[in-house]
Amino acid sequence: MPELDDGVQLKVESIDMFFGGVAALKGVSFQVRKGEIFSIIGPNGAGKTVMLNCISGLYHPQRGKILFEGKDITSLRPYQRARLGLSRTFQKIELFRGMTVLDNIRLGRHMRMRAGLLSGGIYIGKVAREEIENREFIEREIIDLLEIAHIRNQVVGMLPYGLQKRVELARALAVQPKMLLLDEPMAGLNLEEVEDMARFILDVNEDKRWQVTCVLVEHDMGLVMDISNRVAVLNFGEKIADGTPDSVQRDEHVVRAYLGEKEDLYVTRR
Amino acid sequence: MLRGGNGKGRTRAAEINLTPDLTIPKVFVQSAHRYGDRKVAMREKEYGIWRPITWADYFERVKAIALGLVALGLERGDKVALIGDNRPEGLWAEMAALCAGGVAVWIYQEALIDEVQYIVDHSDAKFLIGEGQEEVDKALAIKDRCPKLQCVIWDDPKGMRHYDDPILERLDRVMEYGRAVDQRDPHRFDELVKGGNGDDIALLFYTSGTTSAPKGALLTHSNMLRMGQNLMRVDPSYEDDDFVSFLPFAWIGEQMMSVSCGIQAGFTLNFPEEPETAMENLREIGPQVMFSSSRLYEQLVRGLQVKYADSTFLKRKLYEWGMNVGYALADAKFEKRAVSLPVKVQGYLANALVHRALRDHLGLSRIRNAYTGGSAIGPDHFRFFHAIGVNLKQIYGQTEIAGISVLHRSDDIKLDTVGKPIPETEIKIADDGEILSRSPSVFKGYYKNDAATEKALRDGWLHSGDNGFIDGDGHLVFFDRSQDIMILNDGRKFSPVFAESRMKFSPYIKDAWIIGHQKPYVAAVVCIDYGVTGRWAEARGIAYTSYQELSQEPRVLELVQHAVERVNKTLPPPARVKRFVNLFKEFDADDNELTRTRKLRRNFLEERYKDIVNGLYSDAKQVHMDTQITYEDGRVAKIKADLKIMDVATSQ
Repeated sequence: MPELDDGVQLKVESIDMFFGGVAALKGVSFQVRKGEIFSIIGPNGAGKTVMLNCISGLYHPQRGKILFEGKDITSLRPYQRARLGLSRTFQKIELFRGMTVLDNIRLGRHMRMRAGLLSGGIYIGKVAREEIENREFIEREIIDLLEIAHIRNQVVGMLPYGLQKRVELARALAVQPKMLLLDEPMAGLNLEEVEDMARFILDVNEDKRWQVTCVLVEHDMGLVMDISNRVAVLNFGEKIADGTPDSVQRDEHVVRAYLGEKEDLYVTRR
Repeated sequence: MLRGGNGKGRTRAAEINLTPDLTIPKVFVQSAHRYGDRKVAMREKEYGIWRPITWADYFERVKAIALGLVALGLERGDKVALIGDNRPEGLWAEMAALCAGGVAVWIYQEALIDEVQYIVDHSDAKFLIGEGQEEVDKALAIKDRCPKLQCVIWDDPKGMRHYDDPILERLDRVMEYGRAVDQRDPHRFDELVKGGNGDDIALLFYTSGTTSAPKGALLTHSNMLRMGQNLMRVDPSYEDDDFVSFLPFAWIGEQMMSVSCGIQAGFTLNFPEEPETAMENLREIGPQVMFSSSRLYEQLVRGLQVKYADSTFLKRKLYEWGMNVGYALADAKFEKRAVSLPVKVQGYLANALVHRALRDHLGLSRIRNAYTGGSAIGPDHFRFFHAIGVNLKQIYGQTEIAGISVLHRSDDIKLDTVGKPIPETEIKIADDGEILSRSPSVFKGYYKNDAATEKALRDGWLHSGDNGFIDGDGHLVFFDRSQDIMILNDGRKFSPVFAESRMKFSPYIKDAWIIGHQKPYVAAVVCIDYGVTGRWAEARGIAYTSYQELSQEPRVLELVQHAVERVNKTLPPPARVKRFVNLFKEFDADDNELTRTRKLRRNFLEERYKDIVNGLYSDAKQVHMDTQITYEDGRVAKIKADLKIMDVATSQ
């Protein structure tokens, strides 16, 4: 294993996570480098989402350390981690269904707003300027990028599933994160929506104005192998391999873990 | 009538004396100088806000692009292919190509790669100007098969990070080249514009044939300008009018309004944010003038019908009353009858309570002239708009006559005609019933297709291929293309288009295809409207997972059956539909089932769905279908389906 310390943004060190007597994660370690798309894959129940929840702060592991940009965040609360630049989407959509698309995105932006209750109520000078700047940011960098202009004023609960997934991503981006944690962004999408979503992830990752590191938990192997720089494979709570998509696909532990699903590993959508 | 917004008190640009040397760029430059930065030439909704572009900005950009194209090697007479959604950059590029002496060739935005290749190659285009990644991908896919193509220009950077093909050029770079040329040689642009002549070719339009491969119609600058002027002699446009540009630039009707009328009248063009937001943006602008295909008007009516069905009891009753009053007034207007005072009073009331709200809802609250053209609109739709006080008028014309030769006059509208010729235009009917027309806007011929030109242009008369007659009031009545009049086995004639348009007045029916030529009776293939029928099914707790499943659901079949029965009551006996099937998909231009202007391609349909046709004329209760469909990205998939054949009562 080569030394990756250079450019490492997120370091996960020997994480153990138990739910009662069940070990969901056993001594998992990996490192995510700045600017890459890093995917966590594995069979059902391998602990992928648990891992993501540990990183975002929803779960607190019993043992192990998580370092983000050199800072130990293991004991920080989710909102503190968000302030540091960690943002996420959920496997099952967790939007405010009764609010409009724009309001959901604005809510994600809230953390970056500095105006207080009083000055916001008066709304002159700096506060008004801040509001305009943030509006501009949301419109230019998020709504236009994710192609959701036509639904910006619609209530989220009324939208089809595929668009709701997109709004989830939009809200996560409004935080202006340094790292984006995506929990099964493709689940339940049709082929066209998957292609769109893949394009958006690549845009967010590569575009000069974003360049966000992406950590992806995903079942769609074709997609994972297509867009990831590196992949980590979990099986029954243990990491069994990590490396480039090519090397992971050749790894015999991985092939064994996916026995019977071997073909899935090689499927690409085309 | 009693509805406002008639344009009184507005400023109208003086009519231009169209001397033979005048070109579209010359008129454009005049207008740009006249209005400068005092007037908004166009607006685009971008990032949620309407952003204005003055005439001075418009001029500066066109100039930069034109000189940039010249710097890249554009010469007088070269073809410039253009593709993309409606947006300012598209129009700048077109105008720039014309200023530099080029010929603009617009391609439908959703055209498949093979169509793009055919047009780019056949037109000898040197440049292809697209919008962003999608168009660039198409261009790169065809460039090896189009050796004359030298340069592909794009402007939207989204997703374009990794593109480095040397054939590609960014629009703002092109403008930089142009500005550099302007610095070195400040008179260059004026000389380019001056070098043009009215008789030069301005536009090359590939018409979507219902029967054959596309033909390229050549239209000159003066063809286009004269057409716009003659249209506005009938219906003046004003400088402070707004027009919303959302139909494809590759359609002559959009060129008529955005280019020819736009630069002569000086009204403001408004570009929607995204194609999906066009209807919303239309409502925000509330245009005074609108020209669209019948499809859009049908869609508007369908939207209202759905809202009506979802509405509360009281509102429904009010709507019904308002519409009855509206219909009575509209019919009186068509028949030029005076109405009694009580009806008039009711009309005022209905307008205040119902019609005004409906117009506002459709974005037509300020509309002065709404035109429909392209394909025939059904009488029910036509009456509907007049009932709610929208001055909807038919336009008749072909691309080959710059889009328009015949038009309804505001005070002289008849339901079954398309109106009277516009100034400087003659219409006559040939012995075999074909409609012939002659005007200064008749085209120069088809590009590289002399045989077709000779067929269409004889002794200066344009042979339309349409049949029709001129009625007692001098109005033209036209039946769709000659081949679209059908004859049953027993010799009785009927018009399938008429029956189809009637069927489409049902909100549940999006498309209908009537069959019956040389057959014992009339049958139909129906495409349900997925959105409307889907909502209808949901309200009744009917589960479905796909269009195909919904279309074969027994209650949906019954719903369509009732709709067809109702239509049958309004049709002459030979045209009544006896049997129909619900198709498992909507008709789609990508499958060659429709032209890009959404006319049915009957011969193709008959070949493709011959199993269905055979089934409809047999005793079978259902028909098995095995076919392939094309996705938007060009992939194909197989579909298998069993379609139930439904019988309909045809007697009164």
